[in-house]
Amino acid sequence: MTDNIALEIKGLNFYYSGDSLALKNINLTIYEKSVTALIGPSGCGKTTLLRCFNRMHDLYPKHRYEGEILLKGHDLLANGMDLIGLRSRIGMVFQKPTPFPMSIFDNIAYGLKLKGIRKKSELEQRVESALKHAALWDEVKDKLAHSAYDLSGGQQQRLVIARALAVEPEILLFDEPTSALDPISTTKIEELVTLLKNDITIIIVTHNMQQAARISDWTGFLMLGELIEFDATEKIFTSPSKKLTEDYVTGRFG
Amino acid sequence: MTPSTKKNPIDLLFAVLTAVSSLSIILLIAGILVVLVFESSLAIHKFGVFKFIFTIDWDPVRKIFGAASTLYGTMVTTVLSMLIAIPVAVGIAVFITEIAPDFLKGPIGVTIELLAAIPSIIYGMWGLFTLAPIMANYIEPALQATLGKLPLFSILFKGTPMGIDLLTASVILSIMIIPFTASISRDAFNLTPEVVKESAYALGATKWEVVKNVVIPYSKLGVFGGCVLSMGRAIGETMAVAFVLGNNHQITSSLLNAAATITVSLANEFTEADSDIYLSSLFYLALVLFVLSFITLFIAKLFLIRAERKYSR
Repeated sequence: MTDNIALEIKGLNFYYSGDSLALKNINLTIYEKSVTALIGPSGCGKTTLLRCFNRMHDLYPKHRYEGEILLKGHDLLANGMDLIGLRSRIGMVFQKPTPFPMSIFDNIAYGLKLKGIRKKSELEQRVESALKHAALWDEVKDKLAHSAYDLSGGQQQRLVIARALAVEPEILLFDEPTSALDPISTTKIEELVTLLKNDITIIIVTHNMQQAARISDWTGFLMLGELIEFDATEKIFTSPSKKLTEDYVTGRFG
Repeated sequence: MTPSTKKNPIDLLFAVLTAVSSLSIILLIAGILVVLVFESSLAIHKFGVFKFIFTIDWDPVRKIFGAASTLYGTMVTTVLSMLIAIPVAVGIAVFITEIAPDFLKGPIGVTIELLAAIPSIIYGMWGLFTLAPIMANYIEPALQATLGKLPLFSILFKGTPMGIDLLTASVILSIMIIPFTASISRDAFNLTPEVVKESAYALGATKWEVVKNVVIPYSKLGVFGGCVLSMGRAIGETMAVAFVLGNNHQITSSLLNAAATITVSLANEFTEADSDIYLSSLFYLALVLFVLSFITLFIAKLFLIRAERKYSR
């Protein structure tokens, strides 16, 4: 069974500056090639938890982790962890589209170049395959040299997903990827996420409970920094075992 | 005017007062321009535009005046000082925005602003009494012994190092414009959204790669605008340069020779202007400087406005 575990979180505590405890004793298993949704009211710590997985908190001072997050048996919270290497294994897509100030092609090639890939033919081939993977190729194949800012918001978000896919991560983290998008673009991203789980593991933070119900296999419900319940998505939305979860998914608060 | 200002007399008065203040600025600039053109009309008639700009001679005895030598001095000191200042200023800005720990950001920022607050005449005095001897005794001989030995660079470092020359003036100028350039670059860098930087880090970029590929490209228009604004300051700076440039009207390939800039000539020569055409030529020189600064500022504004439009989302 341990073969299909992508991440194992054991007794994770997280503190922002000084002693403010943001995550309390999180225990959670993320299964490979599945979509795991993290839901909960604003400020519950779902984004904080997501940002532990690629050590994004390390960009800012005075944070502190306790506990373990095992990636293929290795604790990624260990001192001396190679963060650059970690982040090319665990990619991230943010709330707002974040294209870089360069061409569409260069945006996708950026992560590959960081990995030291310089050969033009290989770059071209991998850019194309990433764009196809993100279902953007047909829309941009004739304007790869254009600025990424020329694309619409939804296209930019798929560009960013393609950029993250190009480095072939094992896990892709999505932090409310559709909250700044219109309904049509949102549908496209959701379809894409469902397709992507054939190849990689996906963890998605979302405010939108219908979205979690539609696209995820597993759902974790967080509140005030604690993981209240974690189970198969169907179970969470139909017969949750905790009263708090039921109240939240039925819209009684949140 | 909106209807409400017409109804309310106090609002009307307020509107008129602010409008008068603003219009007076335009009138002032127009007035300065008119005076410059009027006072230099004699020289404009005698030398024309192209002849004045391309004549090297500045000879009060023969009454032949041209702007080429001072324009050359202005351009060389400006370009050289920018070459020195921009890398240092951008480095400072990168350090303050991306690298320095929080407890250092404040003190360094304040120090740089203090550097900008020092009156230029103090830079000039420091340049004459401290920097010029250091340049003459150590730096210029060292440059002659190294870069001066290279085939193409040798013409830049000919002559006896005196410390009163184009190079020293450029160094002083660069020190003066570094704070300004650094603080504009810092502001431009701060326009880069945190989340765009984070997504580069999330791809496995190092700090250097984020600065090089994201922060600098993202803010390059702003930084460029800042550099052109600094260029405007370098072109117009007088006192600091006047002390260490020697006011010698000549076009010289060596950076170790004395020269003159437009501003330095103006500062030095009005009291010596003993003929109408001499005086008029000085005004003409001032007009050239006015136009040059105006164009520079115009370009800078254009870029800054474009930068704001592009990224204010």
